[in-house]
Amino acid sequence: MPLFGPEATLFAVLAPFVAAIFAPAVTRHLKHNAAWVLAIVPAVVFLHFAGLAGLVAQGAVFAPSTDWAPSYGLTLSFYIDGLSSLFALLISGIGTFIVLYSGGYLKGHPHQGRFFSFIFMFMGSMLGLVTADNLITLFVFWELTSITSFLLIGFDHLRMASRRAALQALVVTGGGGLALLAGFLLIMGLTGEANMSAVLASGDLLRESGAYPVVFLLVLGGAFTKSAQFPFHFWLPNAMEAPTPVSAYLHSATMVKAGVYLLMRVQPVLGDTELWTFVLPLFGGTTLIVGTLLAVRQTDLKLMLAYTTVASLGLLVMLTGTSIDKAIEGAALYLFAHSLFKGALFMVAGTIDHEAGTRDITRLGGLRKAMPITFAAACLAGLSMSGLPPFIGFIAKEYLYEGIWGEGGASALLTATAVVGNALMLVIAAAVALRPFTGVKVETPKHAHEGPILLIAGPVVLSILGLLFALTAHWTGETLIGPTVGSILGEAHALNLHLMPTHIGAPLFLSLITIALGVALYLRLDALRHAMFRLLQAIGWGPDKGFDQAIAGIVSLSTGVTRIVQGGRLQVYLVLTFAVTALALLVPPALTGSWPQVPSVPDFRFYEWTVLAIAAAGLVAVLTARTRLTAIVSLGIQGFAVALIFMLFGAPDLSFTQFMVETLSVVILALVMTRLNLAPRDHRRVVHRVFDGAIAIAIGFGFGALLMQITELPFDSKLSDFFAEYSRAIAHGRNIVNVIIVDFRGFDTLGEISVVMVTGLAVLALIRVRPRRQREDVAPATEQPVKPAIKHKEAAS
Amino acid sequence: MEATFSILIGLFFAVSVYLVMSRQIVRILLGIGILGNAVNLLIFTSGRLTREVPPVIPPEAVTPLEATANPLPQALILTAIVISFSFFAFLLVLAFRAYQELGTDDANEMRVAEPVGDAAPPQGY
Repeated sequence: MPLFGPEATLFAVLAPFVAAIFAPAVTRHLKHNAAWVLAIVPAVVFLHFAGLAGLVAQGAVFAPSTDWAPSYGLTLSFYIDGLSSLFALLISGIGTFIVLYSGGYLKGHPHQGRFFSFIFMFMGSMLGLVTADNLITLFVFWELTSITSFLLIGFDHLRMASRRAALQALVVTGGGGLALLAGFLLIMGLTGEANMSAVLASGDLLRESGAYPVVFLLVLGGAFTKSAQFPFHFWLPNAMEAPTPVSAYLHSATMVKAGVYLLMRVQPVLGDTELWTFVLPLFGGTTLIVGTLLAVRQTDLKLMLAYTTVASLGLLVMLTGTSIDKAIEGAALYLFAHSLFKGALFMVAGTIDHEAGTRDITRLGGLRKAMPITFAAACLAGLSMSGLPPFIGFIAKEYLYEGIWGEGGASALLTATAVVGNALMLVIAAAVALRPFTGVKVETPKHAHEGPILLIAGPVVLSILGLLFALTAHWTGETLIGPTVGSILGEAHALNLHLMPTHIGAPLFLSLITIALGVALYLRLDALRHAMFRLLQAIGWGPDKGFDQAIAGIVSLSTGVTRIVQGGRLQVYLVLTFAVTALALLVPPALTGSWPQVPSVPDFRFYEWTVLAIAAAGLVAVLTARTRLTAIVSLGIQGFAVALIFMLFGAPDLSFTQFMVETLSVVILALVMTRLNLAPRDHRRVVHRVFDGAIAIAIGFGFGALLMQITELPFDSKLSDFFAEYSRAIAHGRNIVNVIIVDFRGFDTLGEISVVMVTGLAVLALIRVRPRRQREDVAPATEQPVKPAIKHKEAAS
Repeated sequence: MEATFSILIGLFFAVSVYLVMSRQIVRILLGIGILGNAVNLLIFTSGRLTREVPPVIPPEAVTPLEATANPLPQALILTAIVISFSFFAFLLVLAFRAYQELGTDDANEMRVAEPVGDAAPPQGY
């Protein structure tokens, strides 16, 4: 069936882009209800990947491919295994509800259509990223997600905070993307493969290569910036300037997991080395603790969730970095659980903001009566986030504890980190799910009531799914998580998932400790927040501030450099240009010592010497002329001398044209310049004149020497002979020069005529523009000679 | 023969570059006029010099009967002359209009696009 076959994957990835084109038009007609129509697209894409996922679960791997730019070895090839199908399902499934949610959230917004368009573009890019097989294709989609994220964060572009956040996200993730590109190119060079599937089959090749640390760091540069790992975490909370559907979709459920996806993807070939198992847990663990502590400090619902997202990404990186089978199981489960509960919680936060007018937990309370359904969804998702049974979050926590406990080495430290992190996560989950709804009713800026169906569909379905997938744990493990773990480990992996722990062991006790610690901390949340606030004030500087300083520094630097390089004085530009030209002409022969031989006195005839002397005299006269008219006439002298030279050396056509052009030049120049009150003398200072003179002499010498050297070499007359031989035979013309111009190189002449025409138009336009200060109108005098001149010369050639 | 031409062409280049580096527009224009001739002569000479025989095939022949001047540089230069003339005419009018608008013929004082003490770009987002 085409909808479900792997060959339809290309269309599944492209479908959101097509939807992006039509979204504004649909929205114009249907207003916010367009969401119902538009949501069909991700729903169908979801069905496509669901169909594939069923086969993937049975061990199938698909690699459909379409040629894109075959000459460069670029193909639009896709690679669908457990990992990519899980991601694709999350992207399209959650995407369906995000589209619905956007319909309600931005109801009546003048640019709702544009918003849908951006969301769809992102969806397509993200689908492409997780399914791409070719490394370059993957990179292109990777950068596309950065760009669409930029557009979405800066959606409310009239606020400076949005613009700053958008730019920050683009700079950080885009910079990381460049590192990733370099990493990919290195991988391609080392393995000789352009496709991820082939790279994955290369075994220990990359790990054993000497360039492994470089590849590792470059790939990490891409993954850490995208997945907001400490110290690149700062852009993610700032990205909360985006409308809430974006925060729920890009900055928790999907895009920020791209970095984790990448690490999981390359784990089979780059993972399980000393470097990998040291650096990843170190940064992941740090991000986990920093993220949760910063989350505690916040009172804004979205920011609390954003920082816990940073923390969760840290946890995922830490688990992936252990390269331990059980821990990877935990990571895959947690990734899945996190997308469901965090997406739901973000949408809950957005609904509260939308209906109550604020999302500051200190100004919210007692909303459970007004918003019962939202409250229920928040509780379900919050329980999953807290890692309590019977939710998918609980299973994930059990498995990850089992993975990192008792493995020796830094296992104790990792376990402690995970316990503290999870406990703090529970604190935030409880704060987000309970604070706004329980307690005494607080007056909110808007009179709060339950959100419309578009707003509550997403959180309700996602939070219930968190429960359902846990209740059907065995099925979930077999069809979704097992194949994913298999992809991350690079070998088939059977996962037998249980909701309830099969035996009473360390994980269960760790869970109990986590819950006890979390509850204890939750009861002291306000005190904890104040403590964090004071601590951060004491530190003062953070990477976010550093970003501002870096940008300001770059702007100042470029301003300074521009002031020096482009001072605005034409003379400086010209002197620099010619000085460099002179160096380019003189340095190579000086280094190689290949100067031309000293010429002997040639056997010129008397009249030839005369013409050469006239040309030289004309040149000197132009230089030394005391009045403008003398200079202009002298210009004519050297021009006519050149025309005579052409005449004497077998070029009558050139001679004729040159006479014509020189005459016109002199006439126009005299007409225009004698009417202006111009200073006659060179007003350069003597020092400048000497300096400029030296450069001019160097250039003259350089070109003379170059030409002399060229003419000393034997002449290759192949081209000229061709024209001489075929001019009459093929083109039926006796004047070879004319035949070349109008026949052999006819297109060049066409281009030349176009240039002359454009110049004529430009001259006309310049003259027609009214002078600001009315002076005597000499425009017609210059205009007339220009136009016939063009015709004359065309006739001549 | 070509060597002597090389020296003359070097002189052409030196004079034109010296003129172009001045501050006055008129001298810059004169320099550009000469620069065109310098380049044309450079092309002409690099195709080697032949006296007096134009590259024209006699009516009764299919190919030239004797050695003629090299037609290729001539074709190139013919195009170049026309283009450099239109360029020259455009510059001339531009200079004239600039003088009308700005009231100066000193290139260093024509700073509408890059004013002296231009403010630094804003440091915001």
